[in-house]
Amino acid sequence: MSVDFTFDGRPMTARPGQTVGGALLAAGVQSWRTTRFGGKPRGLFCGIGVCFDCLVTVNGEPNVRACLAPVSAGDVVVTQVGDGRE
Amino acid sequence: MSSEAFDLAVIGAGPAGMAAAATAAEQGLRVALIEGGRQLGGQYFRQPGPGLTAPWLPKLHHGRSRFERLAARVETSPRIEVLFEHQVWAVEPGFTVLTDRGPVTAADVVLATGSYERVVPFPGWDLPGVFTAGGAQALLKGNLVLAGRRVVVAGTGPLLLPVAAGLATAGAKVLGLFEANRIRGYAKHPLPVLTNPAKLVEGIDFARQFIRNRVPVRSGLMVVEAQGTDFLEAVVVARPDGSGRRRIACDALAVGYGLVPQIDLGLTLGCEHRMLADGTVGLRVDTNQRTSVPGFYAAGETAGIAGVETSLVEGEIAGLAVAAAFARSRARQAAVPDAAAAPADLRRRRDRQRGFADVIRVQHPVPAAWRDHLTPDTLVCRCEEVPARAVTEAVEDLGACDARTVKLLTRAGMGWCQGRVCGYAVACLARRDPTEPPAATDLLAAAKRPLARPVPLGVLAEQDRRNK
Amino acid sequence: MVVIGAGMVGAACALYAARAGFSVTVVDRGPVGGGTSGAGEGNLLVSDKEPGPELDLALRSQDLWRELDAEGLGESFEYEAKGGLVVAFSPADHSALRAFAATQRDRGVVAEEVAADRLSEFEPHLAPGLAGGFFYPQDSQVMPALAVARLLKASRAEVRLGSAVTGLLITDGAVRGVRTTLGEIPARYVVNAAGLWGGEVARLAGSRLPVQPRRGFVLVTEPLPPLIRHKVYSAAYVSDVSSSDAALQSSGVVEGTPSGPVLVGASRERVGLDRTPSYDALGRLAGQAAELFPFLASVDVQRYYCGFRPYLPDHLPAIGPDANVAGLFHACGHEGAGIGLAPATGELIAALLAADKPMVDPEPFRPARFDSPEEAVG
Repeated sequence: MSVDFTFDGRPMTARPGQTVGGALLAAGVQSWRTTRFGGKPRGLFCGIGVCFDCLVTVNGEPNVRACLAPVSAGDVVVTQVGDGRE
Repeated sequence: MSSEAFDLAVIGAGPAGMAAAATAAEQGLRVALIEGGRQLGGQYFRQPGPGLTAPWLPKLHHGRSRFERLAARVETSPRIEVLFEHQVWAVEPGFTVLTDRGPVTAADVVLATGSYERVVPFPGWDLPGVFTAGGAQALLKGNLVLAGRRVVVAGTGPLLLPVAAGLATAGAKVLGLFEANRIRGYAKHPLPVLTNPAKLVEGIDFARQFIRNRVPVRSGLMVVEAQGTDFLEAVVVARPDGSGRRRIACDALAVGYGLVPQIDLGLTLGCEHRMLADGTVGLRVDTNQRTSVPGFYAAGETAGIAGVETSLVEGEIAGLAVAAAFARSRARQAAVPDAAAAPADLRRRRDRQRGFADVIRVQHPVPAAWRDHLTPDTLVCRCEEVPARAVTEAVEDLGACDARTVKLLTRAGMGWCQGRVCGYAVACLARRDPTEPPAATDLLAAAKRPLARPVPLGVLAEQDRRNK
Repeated sequence: MVVIGAGMVGAACALYAARAGFSVTVVDRGPVGGGTSGAGEGNLLVSDKEPGPELDLALRSQDLWRELDAEGLGESFEYEAKGGLVVAFSPADHSALRAFAATQRDRGVVAEEVAADRLSEFEPHLAPGLAGGFFYPQDSQVMPALAVARLLKASRAEVRLGSAVTGLLITDGAVRGVRTTLGEIPARYVVNAAGLWGGEVARLAGSRLPVQPRRGFVLVTEPLPPLIRHKVYSAAYVSDVSSSDAALQSSGVVEGTPSGPVLVGASRERVGLDRTPSYDALGRLAGQAAELFPFLASVDVQRYYCGFRPYLPDHLPAIGPDANVAGLFHACGHEGAGIGLAPATGELIAALLAADKPMVDPEPFRPARFDSPEEAVG
C-alpha cells in the first residue's frame, strides 16, 4: 500500500503513516523551502516541530511544518518561496 | 471539544504526561491529556506512523513493552480524555488551557511538555542535510527514514549514543560519533552511577552495537564547519581549539549539545524558575512536583533534564499529589501534610534518578570555544537569517549588553521558532567575556514566550468574543 | 551634562544637546531601549492628534525625523514615510473625521479625504463596505529599538548602562551631577528622561511629576509580503455622556513592517505595572485587525509586546526646567507617542539648555504645572 502525492508537479510515493518531510526525504528530496532574505534552501532540521525550518506549502496552505504534517493521498506539495504568501 | 471542566489537565503525552494522567485517573480524577501530535509517547517513546514497520524496528524501540503497558493504562481509562492535535498556546490562571481548538478548563495542571535540543551555530549549519541529533532520531523512529546514507553524529551528551546506534542498526553508515567533551568524570561520582545498574547495562549495550557496526567513537572533537553548496557534502571536525581539523565527506550530520526544558507555558503563567547544573533553566518544583503557582505542577524534563526514568517517576508523583490535594479539598482537611501525597520509595527513586542525571549532565557542557568557529556570515538566527556580524555589531557598537537587547536590535529570536534554536547562542554572544557562561536572565529572554505556539489571529479574536 | 534614561527621549536629548555643543553622558539602570521604547510599534503619528501643543510638537518632530533621514540615518532604523489611513465604518463617523481633519489642517496637518470607492487604491485588502476615510501622508514609522541605538551612537555620548541613578548632587539649589550605583558623575545639567520612572527622579529633587503607567499590548504576526502599505486604523466618535465631550475612539493601528511581520497595536489599560497577559485584550486587538483586514484572520500571531506608556494626568509630556533645582530638566511623560515626539523634545531641551529660541512653545509642557496643587489638572 502506498500514498501518492506530488511535489512541485512531480509524482511521488510515500508509505502510509509518514509525514510530508519524511516522505520527501525518503524520496531523496532534501529541501522544499527557500528563505525570505537569502533565498537559501531549507529542509528538515529539528524534526519535532520546534524549529519551523521545514515549512512548506501543502494544498495551497503555506507554512505547514513538513516534519509534523501527515502526508495524504493526492496532496499537492509545493516548494515554499519566502513567506509563502506571495 | 469538551466544554466540561476537568479535575486535571496534563499538557504533553510523553512519558511524564502519560504517567501523570494514568496515575491521577486511577485515583478517581477526570483528566484531559492534551497533546499537540497524533500519538502517545512523546519523543522518547515516539512510535512509527500507523502501519509503518521495518525488520529492524524492534531493535530500535527498547522500551516497547513498557510503553505499551503505560499506553494501555491511558487508553483504557474511562476517566481520561486524550485530546490529540491540540496545540496549547497559553494557560490562563484558574486554569484555562488555551489551544488552537478552543479552551480546556481544569482545576489543576501538570506541565509535561518535555524538552527540545540545544544547538549552537557553526559555518554551514543551515545546509539541508544538517539535522539535530533528536531530529535524525525522530525521523527514524516516526517515519523509518534515514537522515542520510553516510552520517556523522556529533555534539555532546547521552542522546548521541542511541542516535548513532539507531542509525547504524537501520542501515546507515555512521562515519563517526564525535563527543565534544572528554569523558572521564564518571569515576569521580561512582555512587549515583552504581545505583543505576540499568544505565550501566545500557551503556555496555551501546558499546557492543558500535563495535558490531564499526562505528568509530571519538571524544574531544566537535564539528566546526559544514560544507556544501545546496546541501551537505562534508563536515570538518576538530578539537575545540581548532587544531586537528579533519574533513569527512558525508550526506547527513546529526548534531546536538544536550536538551533544554520547554517551560514557556509555565514562565508566562508566572512560575519561578531555577538554574540547573547543566546550564539550562527549568521550573522550580517542590517534593510533590508543585511549581510556585498553586495547582500548577511540572513533571519530567520541565523540572530539569533528567531522562525517561525520572519523567516516569515524576509523572506518577505529580498524579498522586494532585489526587491527594483533591481528596484534601473534598474532605476539607487542609491540615493533612503534603508529604503524604507520594510514597517515600517513589520520592527516593526520583531523587536517585535526578542525582544520576546531574552527574551525567555536568560532564557534557557546550564547549565555550564554539563561538571561536563562527565567521561573520554564519547565521546565528536561522529564521530571521541574522548573521554573527549583526550580533557582534549590536554588542560592540550599539550598546546591547543582554540577550533581550540583542534580539530587539538584530531580530535574532523573533522568527517562527521564537528563539528555541538560537536562544542559547544569543545568550552566550550577549556576554562580551566568552569565558562566562550565559546568565539565567539571558537564557530566559528566549525561553519566555508569551505565546507558546503561533496562534491564528482569528482564534485570538474568538478568545475576546467568548469572554464577552 | 547627564541624561538619565537610554530610551528614545533620552537618545534624542543626547543627540540634540551634543549638537548644541554639550558633552553628554547617558546613564540607564537597564539596557538601551529597555523600557517603553523597546516595547512599541514606532508610530510617528499626527493623524490621531487634535489641535494643540502635542500636535505642534508632533509636527516639529516629523520635520526632524525627515532631517535625520536626509542625513542618511533613516535606513539604519527603518524610517518609512508611509502615511496613515484612518477609515470610518459609518457615514456619520466619516463626517466626524472630516470635521476633525479640518481642525487639524489649520495647524499644518495634511489630510486628504478618501471616498469609499477609492479606499482599495490605498489598501487593496481592506474589508469591503467601509464608509470612507482620510489619508495622512505625514504619518510615518521607525523601528524604535534601532532608532534609540542609532541616535545614541550618532550623539557620540558616553553611555553607561546597568547604572541606576540613586541621587542628585545638589549644592545651593543647583544640580552638580548624579550619584549612581557605579559612582558619581559631575554635571552642570541633568535631564530626566527616565520615562515611567520620571516621577521617581523628580522626587529626588523634591518635585512632583505624577507619571503613571498605562499598559499596552502589540500583536506581531508571522512575516508577510507587503500586503498592508500604510498605517491603518479605524476611528469613531463616541459621546461621553457624563462630560458631554466628544472623544475620538480609535482601534489598534494595523501596519506592515520592512522585516515582514504585521503589527497590531496597541491596547490601552490602566492596570499599574502588571505584566500578566490579558488574552481578552489581545483578542480584542485581533478582532479589530481582522475587521479591517479579513485576510488576517488566518494569519498566525507569533508573539506580542507588553509595554507601559508613561502618562501624566493632562496627557501632555513634561518638558522643561525643574521648579526647585536649577540645572535639572525634565523630558518625560510622553505616553504612547514618545517615539514620534522624541526629536522635538530633544531639540526643545537643547534650546532651553543653550538659552536659544525654541521651535515649539515650551509653556504647555512646563513640568512645574504639577507642583502647585491649584494648577494640577486631571
